[in-house]
Amino acid sequence: MENKTSGSATSESKTGFTTRTVVTPNEAMPKVWRRETKPHRFCPGCGHPIILKALAQAVEELDIQGRTVFGCDIGCSLLAWDFFNLDSIQTHHGRTTPVIAGLKRARPDLIGVAYMGDGGGYAIGSQHLLNAAMRNDRVTVILCNNTVYAMTGGQMAPTTLPTQKTETTPYGRDPAMTGEPTLGPELMAAIGRKGAYAARGTVANYRQLVKFTKKALENQLADRGFSFLEVLSTCPTNWRTTPRQTWDFVEDDMTRVYKVGEFLKPEDEK
Amino acid sequence: MARIVDDDQRMFMTGNEVLAWAALAAGAEIMYGYPITPQNEIMHYWTRLAPRFERGFLQTEDELSAGFTTLGGVMAGKRAFSATSGPGDILMQEPICMAEMMRIPAVWIIQQRGAPSTATVIYGQQETRLACFGGNGEGHRVVYSTSSHQELFDYLIKAFNTAWSYRFPTILLGDGYQGKMREAVTLYNPEDHGVKLVPTEPFVGRPGVPGVDRAPAHYRNTFNIEEEIYEIVHAREEEFEALTPQIVEFESGYLDEAEMILIGHGIVSRAIKEAVKLLQNKGVKVGYFRPVTLRPFPVEELRKAVEKVPAVMVFESALGQLLSMVKEAVGGLPVKIEAFLRPGVGICTDEAAEQVQEYLRKSSMVH
Repeated sequence: MENKTSGSATSESKTGFTTRTVVTPNEAMPKVWRRETKPHRFCPGCGHPIILKALAQAVEELDIQGRTVFGCDIGCSLLAWDFFNLDSIQTHHGRTTPVIAGLKRARPDLIGVAYMGDGGGYAIGSQHLLNAAMRNDRVTVILCNNTVYAMTGGQMAPTTLPTQKTETTPYGRDPAMTGEPTLGPELMAAIGRKGAYAARGTVANYRQLVKFTKKALENQLADRGFSFLEVLSTCPTNWRTTPRQTWDFVEDDMTRVYKVGEFLKPEDEK
Repeated sequence: MARIVDDDQRMFMTGNEVLAWAALAAGAEIMYGYPITPQNEIMHYWTRLAPRFERGFLQTEDELSAGFTTLGGVMAGKRAFSATSGPGDILMQEPICMAEMMRIPAVWIIQQRGAPSTATVIYGQQETRLACFGGNGEGHRVVYSTSSHQELFDYLIKAFNTAWSYRFPTILLGDGYQGKMREAVTLYNPEDHGVKLVPTEPFVGRPGVPGVDRAPAHYRNTFNIEEEIYEIVHAREEEFEALTPQIVEFESGYLDEAEMILIGHGIVSRAIKEAVKLLQNKGVKVGYFRPVTLRPFPVEELRKAVEKVPAVMVFESALGQLLSMVKEAVGGLPVKIEAFLRPGVGICTDEAAEQVQEYLRKSSMVH
């Protein structure tokens, strides 16, 4: 038996012993992932690859690899510029939404995915995100919420939790000075039009994340409206957390502020 | 591409309307725009014409979005463009930079207004430097500076062809006077005049499944290593320089035996051309030189024009933006450089002629 396995399935053998079916890394990898660019460039413990795996699985299950264009922002999301076997465009900070929205206007047959961080979506690109939502642009925005500007070294993001220490809130975020965390999907649900979709998933619940990702893509496929998915993610590098602390932060601390679930469904009356 | 007129059509219209027709004639498929004076009527006429010719339009939330949606449209393989001015031009520099880095053949119309800041909505040439060298880069873009309504029409068609031929972002630099005044123009179908439209092709979304039938298209503007960007910028510069003879354009007249050459671009060049004719009629030996492309700048052509001339005078509705380009171009030549700089206001034929006569009178007194 090989020692290096990236995944395995357990089954009962005829002899009664438990055996493990070996799955090689290549087999475990979604085929939408580009093997030539793996291992990927994200830090150990980063949540991005889980979000990108869910996206790959959703694209695969919906069989839209041949018509999906992936756009990524500045920040850690840019590390995904050659991550997929998908046509991909890495843009400027905050500008992924308009690039993909412009692409979609010009080629409505394509499925446009704009992938960004919380800084890109809720701060520097917030006007684009809001206006794309208000225009009900037929694009899918997937936003990674890890509560910090990670690529630039861990500054406060719109999503930083109250009292959370970052490089620009070294004594902890004070909402009296810097406001409360941005609630993206709730915002999108408030301004979204009929046919739009807004949800928040988490890397701590992969199956649900795949489900939400699929719905965010299916909504565009059905030409119903704007689709927005925020994903609670991890950044042990900037959080300076151990694996256990990392998991506790995303599962407990973040979900106290950020409720996981669907906030607007295409069929909802608006 | 649909014909926009049956035959050559003589019209009397504003420059902004001409540009909307020119974009149609150029086969532009979609415009992304945001309101700012003095370019608004380009959008006004485009939105009236576009549905009749099955072309697209999106009004965005700002010029950043107008620029970046334009890039998305171009990368989808469409002839896409935007138009702006002044503070909008500043925001537009961000997407133009991305187009420079990623060789995205987007087209921009810039109708200059007064500057800096909001200033006037009327006229200026103070976006010359911004159009040529805006953003964090080396100015790897093509800039055509037009001077008449016919040129607005001709050069917008050319701008799309240049962009898609060489994959450098291309700017048509006009101004509020050109946009707002009415003038005679001939609208035509490019093919009737032997102008072929350069075909477009998509950057993304080509046929086939990426990674299965073909390699995925991966476009980026971010790099990790200093040497990597050093190589890229040098290669880009070499290519830009190599293409310069094919792209560069200028106009000149009465250069032989000239005591002075008047230099101006855009609408100001009309005033100096008329001033030269006026002075020539009086027996004053003066000539003119007008760069049509500001990027690439007609350096060799200008040096040749002025190498035997004692003096040049630069005219512009800015405080030395063209002047600095001229100084750089003629560096090392024994020519005296005078300038008549009028930021934010127009230059008339008479005052241009007076400036030249005054200078020549003074310099002859010195001799």
